[in-house]
Amino acid sequence: MSSANAAHSVVEPSTASKRVAATLVILYAMITLVPLAWIFLTSIKSPPDSISYPPKLVFTPSLEGYCNLFTTRSRQTPEYIAALPPAEGVCDAVSRERNMVIVGPSNFLPRFANSLIIAFGSTFLAVLLGTLAAYGFSRFRVPLADDLLFFILSTRMMPPIAVAIPIYLMYRQLGLSDTAIGMMLLYTAVNVSLAVWLLKGFIDEIPREYEEAAMIDGYTRLQAFRKVVLPQATTGIAATAIFCLIFAWNEYAFAALLTSGSAQTAPPFIPTIIGEGGQDWPAVAAGTTIFLVPILVFTVLLRKQLLRGITFGAVRK
Amino acid sequence: MADVTLKGVTKIFGDKRAVDSLDLSIADGEFVVLLGPTGAGKTTTLRLIAGLEKPDAGSISIAGRDMAGLSPAGRDVAFVFQQYSLYPHLTVYENLAFPLRSPARRMDGATVDARVRQVARMVRIDHKLENRATRLSGGEMQRVAIGRALVRRPAIYLMDEPLSSLDAKLRGELRLELKRIQKELGSTLLYVTHDQIEAMTMADRIGILAEGRLAQIGTPKEIYTNPANLHVAARLGQPHINLLPPELLPGAPVPAGTRTIGARTEHLEIARSGAGNAEVDWIEHLGDQNHLHIRVGGHKLITLADADLPVSPGERISLTLKNPLYFGQDGRRLAG
Repeated sequence: MSSANAAHSVVEPSTASKRVAATLVILYAMITLVPLAWIFLTSIKSPPDSISYPPKLVFTPSLEGYCNLFTTRSRQTPEYIAALPPAEGVCDAVSRERNMVIVGPSNFLPRFANSLIIAFGSTFLAVLLGTLAAYGFSRFRVPLADDLLFFILSTRMMPPIAVAIPIYLMYRQLGLSDTAIGMMLLYTAVNVSLAVWLLKGFIDEIPREYEEAAMIDGYTRLQAFRKVVLPQATTGIAATAIFCLIFAWNEYAFAALLTSGSAQTAPPFIPTIIGEGGQDWPAVAAGTTIFLVPILVFTVLLRKQLLRGITFGAVRK
Repeated sequence: MADVTLKGVTKIFGDKRAVDSLDLSIADGEFVVLLGPTGAGKTTTLRLIAGLEKPDAGSISIAGRDMAGLSPAGRDVAFVFQQYSLYPHLTVYENLAFPLRSPARRMDGATVDARVRQVARMVRIDHKLENRATRLSGGEMQRVAIGRALVRRPAIYLMDEPLSSLDAKLRGELRLELKRIQKELGSTLLYVTHDQIEAMTMADRIGILAEGRLAQIGTPKEIYTNPANLHVAARLGQPHINLLPPELLPGAPVPAGTRTIGARTEHLEIARSGAGNAEVDWIEHLGDQNHLHIRVGGHKLITLADADLPVSPGERISLTLKNPLYFGQDGRRLAG
């Protein structure tokens, strides 16, 4: 082998090919970020700017969208507004320019809170049940294990629209319709199948010898599971949790059909903002922007585990 | 420390009798090695004693107490696995302390610390206590695995080929260390291997396992010089024992019923002779000694010879048997 060849070893890519790869990745990232950037830009436009054609890339930023998202307002005559005491805060001032006065908070915060409670609650339950079930399938001789696993997966095969009506009727009988508990149970049921399948793969990769060693070392099976299996399954658990959370957080169809009032989540709520005062795209965009934050934070916090988890345990030797 | 007794223990996997009515008793403080090829039931025997498998028949007792139905944690045994035995998410120190922190035998922190450090010195890993278990060389990992068993004072130590994944030099070192530690602690130890050198050098007694059955058990010397049958004879000796038909080579009169003669190096006498009954086929130089490949009337033999024995390939030699091992029709040993 000549020294020129040695510089281009199989394991270490050359600087040039690294640059090409990096450029491609950055280009791809930019393309996928365009819609997100557009949503954010719209959220800081004024309503007229948001619907102007051709779209404005240079504009005066406005907090009107965020103000409208968090408040309900009523239209008043200019004379009435002129007679009011000086505006308190930005939102007050912005509203008055449109001949509106703020009459109270909007439903966005309670809906957002519903989303948080239902999505994180169902993710926790799905991962908890999924981990235990996956461990059982992985370690014990379960009768008809393959059929059961297929059955678990098949619960995910029906589109939500197809099962929404039976579930709606069931939930009405059980008093679960439009309740946070009902939505949490529903999302848990849908996500458990994903969690069992993903986690079984991860737990299969953990050699049994670890638990056997722990059991000989004086631990019960449950203690060995907690002390030895769980710490090694964290990667898989984190990855599974993110997948479950993304589903529960973004879910629209069930939420739109099964919730209307107190348990409504943010996805069906956000589009309704547009009706409260013309074409209020900035408020919708502001709601969407805020809606993206929790999933972003959660994913960034768990990104190390997620990246390793995406390889489905392949990094273990 | 305690004695361990197996009576008629049988374990069946599917249609295979992995362990077949095995009787074995290990005395207090004894180092017993089970020797056998892959699939002979060695590991299964250890797992049965540890409680990781349930016997289909027979009984296991430790210190006179029947172990039936007892969980692994309740049996007071320590196990060294062939591989995968270190908890990868813990440091060396935490790995060693793990058994002592178990709910079944909780100890106070100071005692745990003292024990861990003492054992770490014993297996010479005390300089790497804070390392992650995965950041060790193969030899270090095995030393930690052995150390994790040694921190406890169980009724019996069970070791499943703990040295097999190591290179030859390290294996030799650890063999010595393990024997030294066992003597120091006076522990009862059941050790499983397919390596005859490990068996010969460490064991107080060797049990030869074949197809789930105990073919013979005895001191290394007994097993080597006085094998009960062909199978046992074939397990020991380097080079492999030569199995020959009777009357092939001259020697003392052969007992009646002999079907096979087993001849190791010490059973063969070589003399240089132009009119000899054998021919040197090939010579492998080992350094201090040579492997002599010899051909006698269609049969091939391998034996050891001094490096300075002046023979060369193609040369005729005369080969004589000297107190070889005689085996009958059924493979059993016949008195010579």
